[in-house]
Amino acid sequence: MATPNLKIENLHVEIEGTEIIKGFDLEMNGGEIHAIMGPNGTGKSTLASAVMGHPKYEITKGTITLDGEDVLDMEVDERARAGLFLAMQYPSEVSGVTNSDFMRSAINAKRGEGNEIQLMKFIRQMDEKMNMLEIDESFSQRYLNEGFSGGEKKRNEILQLLMMEPKIAILDEIDSGLDIDALKVVSKGVNDMKSPDFGCLIITHYQRLLNYITPDKVHVMMQGRIVKSGGAELAQRLENEGYEWIKEELGIENERVGEPQE
Amino acid sequence: MSIDTTWKYDEKYVEDFSDKQNEPKWLKDQRLSASRLAEKLEMPKPEKTNIKTWNFTEFEHEGTPKESFSSSEELHEQVQGLIDKNAAQQNLLVQRDGQTVLYEASSTLEEQGVIFTDIATAAIEHSDLLERYFMGNAVQVDEHRFTALNVALMNGGTFIYVPKNVKVEAPLQTIYWLEQADMGLFNHVVIVAEANSEVTYLENYVSYDTETPSVVNAIAEVYAEEGANVSFGGVDHLEKATTVYTNRRGYALKDASIDWALGQMNEGNTVSDNTTALVGDGSTSDKKSVAIGRGEQSQNFWAHIIQFGKNTDGQILTHGVMKDKASAIFNGVNKIEHGATKANGEQTERVLMLSERARGDANPILLIDEDDVTAGHAASVGRVDPVQLYYMMSRGIPQTEAERLIIHGFLAPVVDALPIQAVKDRLTEVIERKVY
Repeated sequence: MATPNLKIENLHVEIEGTEIIKGFDLEMNGGEIHAIMGPNGTGKSTLASAVMGHPKYEITKGTITLDGEDVLDMEVDERARAGLFLAMQYPSEVSGVTNSDFMRSAINAKRGEGNEIQLMKFIRQMDEKMNMLEIDESFSQRYLNEGFSGGEKKRNEILQLLMMEPKIAILDEIDSGLDIDALKVVSKGVNDMKSPDFGCLIITHYQRLLNYITPDKVHVMMQGRIVKSGGAELAQRLENEGYEWIKEELGIENERVGEPQE
Repeated sequence: MSIDTTWKYDEKYVEDFSDKQNEPKWLKDQRLSASRLAEKLEMPKPEKTNIKTWNFTEFEHEGTPKESFSSSEELHEQVQGLIDKNAAQQNLLVQRDGQTVLYEASSTLEEQGVIFTDIATAAIEHSDLLERYFMGNAVQVDEHRFTALNVALMNGGTFIYVPKNVKVEAPLQTIYWLEQADMGLFNHVVIVAEANSEVTYLENYVSYDTETPSVVNAIAEVYAEEGANVSFGGVDHLEKATTVYTNRRGYALKDASIDWALGQMNEGNTVSDNTTALVGDGSTSDKKSVAIGRGEQSQNFWAHIIQFGKNTDGQILTHGVMKDKASAIFNGVNKIEHGATKANGEQTERVLMLSERARGDANPILLIDEDDVTAGHAASVGRVDPVQLYYMMSRGIPQTEAERLIIHGFLAPVVDALPIQAVKDRLTEVIERKVY
């Protein structure tokens, strides 16, 4: 299998007429872990949603390709089947649909008709991954995210990640609202996926997740694009010194997008 | 009387019919009095649904005589599909066009003193008992023409009696199967659960002829005495030329509970009334119903819990899916009477619209005559949530499949609550067929 490659070039994204992403570029490959950091309101989550195809976001310019294939030409489900995965910050609750049924439908959609996963094999896999993420077994029969705590929702996103085995995963603030134990469990799940066939883009504004998942590259996002890139040491410096030095260095007054510049 | 001149089910007819069945005098008298009432009374006027043009008169009241079956293997294939054949204890009554054609009951029932029989047999063998409850507190004969006609023309139904302190483990199931295309069924169910008893009843209405006009008028009376628990499951799937009036009523005494799980899947015009009176202190009712409207059918659903007792709890959940040019009115009413202190009443009504041309109204109503209560309601009418769809599609599930999962999930509260696996499976299939 060729190493996966995600390439985003000169991406511009609008929401309800306001431009949030303004010329975003990024390339990443399988085997790599990238982190996108930045203060709130700089367009990080918008980027994640736009790559996955959220209906509210409109891409006005630029390209996204996965292994050379035009992602923007694909429906949301096609993007997923092509190998993209987004662990969402606010996953939907779907009443009446069990976690287990949902995940089996997702896996079978990817495998295609006539090649459905055997039920026993599916149950075994799910038990194994739930075990690793320290999730109670009753979880599989609960309705999808319904009444889940914040931490349970995040674990469920990681469980889906492990079950779906995508080529490229984007984790949108997977660490927010997690205590340190949950953070470790989630990190273990992501680290377990590490391989040349898997690339991961971690969106966060805290450095602490990166204590458990070491990024190969760290990018800082402001005003809807990447303004600085570096290695793991960049994240450490941000943790110690905050973002002000970058703003000073680049002459940025207001790092946020989608609101009038001061 | 505005019933047209071809109406052949007059008082004389009713008298002959009762005689033929060897009914006790009290029942015959009630029928005759109901027959006279029916001539005077108006049809019900369900809010926002005009039923004047619906067929309530074209049907045959007497089915051709039926042979009994000795085993469920001989039944219509689709009727067989409603039966859990591997159940350890089978309590099953199958009525074809109102006549019992199959009866199986576990020996436990008899040992416990439970009566589970068709209403015609009950009228003869348990006359006093039936008389005590028949058209009792739960429903009045003179409410309107249909309640009167049900008594006058009653030609099918079930009687269940559970003595005090008896817990019936396996569910009791009756299948009302209309085979004769023009059959008019006037069904009547009476369930009596004495103090501290427990019983689960599940009824299925099925027909397979789609073109011939017919009528179903069904009443169920449920009496839960002190501390008794009754679970009532119902799946209606009558074909589109059948006009349906269905009235399911509950009457709960102190600390009793009556729970409903209704899958209302009729293909034709339907008026449904489901009313529970929480008379005794501490009594509860949890009512769940789901419905699908399709084609050009018009339906009116009335979910009603009246709370008289203190500390009573009434829960109403109604979910409807509307497609094509179907229309449906969903009325939910929690009424809390003066003196029902610490009562709680809650309801949720949600309607999912799958077509621009369909119509679905959700009308949640709280009527409260007491200060010291809690109550709440939520209602929504809308399309499939695009953010839910996006979430599911982001895992690779195609849009139609994601919608399918969401709709099944939306209707799951009733499917999950039904006590017989075969009936759950058939209901799931019916949902699948109706929605896609």
